[in-house]
Amino acid sequence: MNNIARIDRRDFIRLGGMAGGGLAIGVYGGYDAVGQMLDANGNDTAQLNAFVQIDTDGSVSIWVAKVDMGQGVRTSLPMIVADELDVAWDDIRVVQADAHPDKYGRMMTVGSSSVRRGAWMGLRQAGASAREMLILAAAGRWGVSTDECSTDLGAVIHSGSGRRLLYADLAEEAAAIPVPEKPTLKNPSEFRYIGKPMKQLDTPAKVRGEANFGIDARPEGLLFATVLHCPIFGGSVASFDHAEALSVTGVRHVFEISSGIAIVADNTWAAFEGSDKLDVTWNKGDFTMNSADIFEHFAEVAEDEGVEARSEGDIIAGLATVETEVKAVYEAPYLAHATMEPMNCTVHIQSDRAEVWVPTQGPQGVQSAVARLAGIPEERVIVHPMFVGCGLGRRSATDFVADAVETAMKVDSPVQVLWTREEDMRHDLYRPAAYAKFEGGVDADGNIAAYRLRAVAQPLSPTGSGSRGGRGGGAQRPDRNAVDGLVSMPYEVSNLLIDYGRPRPQVRTPTGYWRSVGPSQNCWITESIIDELAYAAKRDPLEFRLSMLGNAPRIRRVLEVAAKKADWSTPPPENRGRGIGLVIDKGGYVAQIAEVSVEQGALRVHKVTCVADYGFVINPLTVEAQTVGCIVNGLAAALYGEITLANGRVVESNFHNYQLLRIDEMPEVDIHLVDSDEEPGGAGEPALPPTIPAVTNAIFALTGKRIRKLPIKNHQL
Amino acid sequence: MAAFTLNINGRDHMVEVPPEMPLLWALRDVLGLTGTKYGCGMQQCGACTVHIDGEARTSCRTTVGSIGTRKITTIEGISPEGFNAVQAAWIAEDVPQCGYCQTGQIMAATGLLAKNPNPTDDDIDREMARNICRCGTYDRIRRAIHRAAESIES
Repeated sequence: MNNIARIDRRDFIRLGGMAGGGLAIGVYGGYDAVGQMLDANGNDTAQLNAFVQIDTDGSVSIWVAKVDMGQGVRTSLPMIVADELDVAWDDIRVVQADAHPDKYGRMMTVGSSSVRRGAWMGLRQAGASAREMLILAAAGRWGVSTDECSTDLGAVIHSGSGRRLLYADLAEEAAAIPVPEKPTLKNPSEFRYIGKPMKQLDTPAKVRGEANFGIDARPEGLLFATVLHCPIFGGSVASFDHAEALSVTGVRHVFEISSGIAIVADNTWAAFEGSDKLDVTWNKGDFTMNSADIFEHFAEVAEDEGVEARSEGDIIAGLATVETEVKAVYEAPYLAHATMEPMNCTVHIQSDRAEVWVPTQGPQGVQSAVARLAGIPEERVIVHPMFVGCGLGRRSATDFVADAVETAMKVDSPVQVLWTREEDMRHDLYRPAAYAKFEGGVDADGNIAAYRLRAVAQPLSPTGSGSRGGRGGGAQRPDRNAVDGLVSMPYEVSNLLIDYGRPRPQVRTPTGYWRSVGPSQNCWITESIIDELAYAAKRDPLEFRLSMLGNAPRIRRVLEVAAKKADWSTPPPENRGRGIGLVIDKGGYVAQIAEVSVEQGALRVHKVTCVADYGFVINPLTVEAQTVGCIVNGLAAALYGEITLANGRVVESNFHNYQLLRIDEMPEVDIHLVDSDEEPGGAGEPALPPTIPAVTNAIFALTGKRIRKLPIKNHQL
Repeated sequence: MAAFTLNINGRDHMVEVPPEMPLLWALRDVLGLTGTKYGCGMQQCGACTVHIDGEARTSCRTTVGSIGTRKITTIEGISPEGFNAVQAAWIAEDVPQCGYCQTGQIMAATGLLAKNPNPTDDDIDREMARNICRCGTYDRIRRAIHRAAESIES
């Protein structure tokens, strides 16, 4: 997406004049834990920076080093810079940063972290220090004090004389001035863009079909390829006959790579046809489990000793005071990401350099993976992050990049490897299946006497350098993602024990980060159990929850507002039921109330009321969109989401048997963002988890049927 | 292999491809019109929607050999200059998130408005349920279609 000259780190940190005489300013800040989601050991120094360039023609280039997969950071991050820099919105130009090991800090875009972990203050300082340097340059030229100078949309103004100089005319001089260490930031009341609903800059290109996604990369001489992988996890190629594949018009090469068989052709269709016609004998390996076997195994593990994840009070004493018992087992299936753009990567390998066009959430992970696989130094691996046709966590891994590199190493041209939808669905890194066993109940006063939960779920798989799954703790510690959303449960409970049982490695299903990660299943488990306890106590599910949120003001507030907006105190219309779900996740506080009906066994979700406190919001327009998108993803997971294993392979293959939500099932959504001056939190994921329990709890309120195994489609309502 | 003349966006294009090649891949990989996207290859998602003689059709299962002289319009051709009413409404409502499915959504919505200039929510549901948006932009799509309908009327 851009063709900027490479600037080494030394030039970047210090202020330097740009070719062409403009002002370039970089901000290089160290921030802890940017990569929390992908760095369980916490020993990465995560850094983030921005890059501003003022050209002598007056245009302002703002580099975005995060990946926009629909969350709108190619608009919201420039808004922060442009506001503090004080430039006209029409004058800015967004430049997508190519991968660089350290110039931009951590580029991996995961965990709803693009704004909250560092960018907020870092980008404000980037804009503000550039503005101060421009003021210093103007004051110097006029021989006046900087106190007498102000700025107005790309110009410095002298208050006494009314004189005015454009940033473009000052850029070169400003470039010679040392970067102010502590620039004065705007008072939030002065924000021009930040906090305002700003339309996304990429929309015109996207609606004209001019936005280039990964599959749209068209370097000169491009060949098109696909890869057929062994359908059984852990299997490999034993032998294959490619005669028929090669007979397909347009197929040029068929060869084995480490993950399967690559088919290279003049166009994608020929590659797909060639793949269909391959005659392969697979080494099936020893993974033969069905979904039922996996849940059976989880149930067995749940009977073993667990490792403690969170403990309060005395669980044994608590269990002794239980008056009304609740015992329940919850099961959540594997889920596919099913991004609309299937996995793909375009690679051109020349003797000593590689160029890569890729829709990725982690450009640096791609860069190092390509360097390692192709034996080329990282600095000669050029990675162009393309528009991303949905990320959802899937594109934080590099398995599909490896396919493209290995294929490209065997041909002389650039090659685009595109997985078929079927390969994409059957070779995903799935949201782990999960099993949870609850034992507890309420006391004579209707309060929770004991809350004992054993959780079993696979850790995330290691999947190449782009992802660091599977490092979530040794055998003596609970897997952090498996218990995230269980241990963070915000209710005050006197006697509680949550522990974790680790499945044996014999469960080979590859797993990965799926939008909202652990809470995607664990919020459903927690909020269902709380709901069961409320009914056991014969208390109103809202009142019951609020009574335990005395020390959690932010989540309490969103729940109270949601109850008001959804008119909880008034009974729902006839044949409708309402249910609650809430979560604290990635810096967001979200409560939702779903209203459902069931007619002749068919569930209809009519309305989802969602109140969210994400802290201070940069762009309410994109944050609202993210919130709705989370609800849609949550509904698809609740209603239909299920990846099934049979004999070690995935059954589902395309959208006919892995159903997603469509527009005719879209409920009314009523979204309210709570005004907050708290630091910005994450907004890309936290609204997903509460949707699922809000729906299942509403089904219970209406029908008395408690959904303890997802998805809902498998239940007779 | 055979030679076909395809009328695309008002211009004739010669392609030399097997007749059974889906139009989608002729557009994308032979003619370089990449605004039309691949999503499923089995008419399940609508990402590849184009117009054939003015009607919205999925191009992933329409073979090149079946088209004959019918006129094809792709996203690149619905408004060569500026934006049509649907595209303008998409911008006004800030519809796209990732944007991958949106060219197909816009082709479907443009096709809908061509035959039903003032669709109800139910009409929109029926027509647009062929198109999947994984980001979940459906509420804005609905609003944008109503907005486009109003702008065409006025």
